[in-house]
Amino acid sequence: MLPTPSTSHVDFDRVYEPAEDSYLLLDTLSSADETAFLHDRFDAASKQPSSSPLVVEVGVGSGVVLAFVAANAEIIFGRHDVLTLGTDINSFACQAASKTIHNAVKSAQTSIFLDVVNSDLASSLRPHTIDLLIFNPPYVPTRLPDFSRHDSYNDLPAGQTSTTFEQDSYLLELAYAGGIDGMEVTNRMLEQIPQILSFDRGVAYLLLCAQNKPEKVKQCVRDWGTGWKAETIGTSGKKAGWERLQIVKMWQQKN
Amino acid sequence: MKLLTLNFLTCAIKTCKTSPSSFPLHPQDAELEIVESDVNMAFLRNILPRLMWEELRGITRELGLPELPETAPAAEDLGEPSQVAKDLHRLLLETSIREGKLVCGNCGHEYAVKEGIANFLLPGHLV
Repeated sequence: MLPTPSTSHVDFDRVYEPAEDSYLLLDTLSSADETAFLHDRFDAASKQPSSSPLVVEVGVGSGVVLAFVAANAEIIFGRHDVLTLGTDINSFACQAASKTIHNAVKSAQTSIFLDVVNSDLASSLRPHTIDLLIFNPPYVPTRLPDFSRHDSYNDLPAGQTSTTFEQDSYLLELAYAGGIDGMEVTNRMLEQIPQILSFDRGVAYLLLCAQNKPEKVKQCVRDWGTGWKAETIGTSGKKAGWERLQIVKMWQQKN
Repeated sequence: MKLLTLNFLTCAIKTCKTSPSSFPLHPQDAELEIVESDVNMAFLRNILPRLMWEELRGITRELGLPELPETAPAAEDLGEPSQVAKDLHRLLLETSIREGKLVCGNCGHEYAVKEGIANFLLPGHLV
């Protein structure tokens, strides 16, 4: 088993703490089946290497998942010229994740960490640039937070050195509250995916819970057009609680 | 924020995406810092096909950095590593925007960079 990156510097009062969903992503991305798929898709064995893959995680939170990919690029992709870039709507998460990933990449020969940007989903990314997209969304079916407070809550209160309790609650809500069916944020992400994945080798890994109606999501991806695939490739939550989790991989297969 | 990151970013406003002038974003009032790191040769060679060279030249000019050659180096020019490779590494991965803003060439919207983190969140009426 590959080690989990350290997040001991992260303040979990306002940044989502790694949990079962995060660990399911780590296990799935480093599974034998997925590393075989990714080695093949990113030409690990080719004598003529393809261009450096860009890995983007949307909603990095503590950064544990992207740090894991960055630290283990050679195992996951079979190459160490992989670029990682994170986004999060929570500026405190951006700061925290940046440190997590920076610390996890031990040397320049491990992979290349770019930055974490404070962004709504992938809206700041150039179209068709992302080769591997990872998204652990706010998937809990509960009311979305009131975004009108975002500007003031996304920064330390003027003249203060710490956040308020209301602010912390809001920032954590952003990380889990998914609105109707837990799908309101994920649906916005799904709409962007065909436009932001690279044409020839883009692939996305999306975490869903049972309430998100994963079968419906997969059908929606297959309806994007010729060659679009969507498969469940990892599951957890054997207790059959309300939060049974799965990871859906989506990609376009040429010919 | 590393200069290479700008190679992948664009204006967050939906209607700007189709306009060629929304890329690259233009750094303004930028306070730069150098954060040293080791050279990864495989990366330097394999990033070349992805670099938007003309736009990168524009950004370096706007930042007052030394003028880049008209065409991107070829993989053979990078050696193990050559000065060309070291310069490219310094530009793409070591030169960082600590504070400043990034401006869209299409709509003029300004995105702040604070402590090395760019903020692409839009006010409600622009989403």
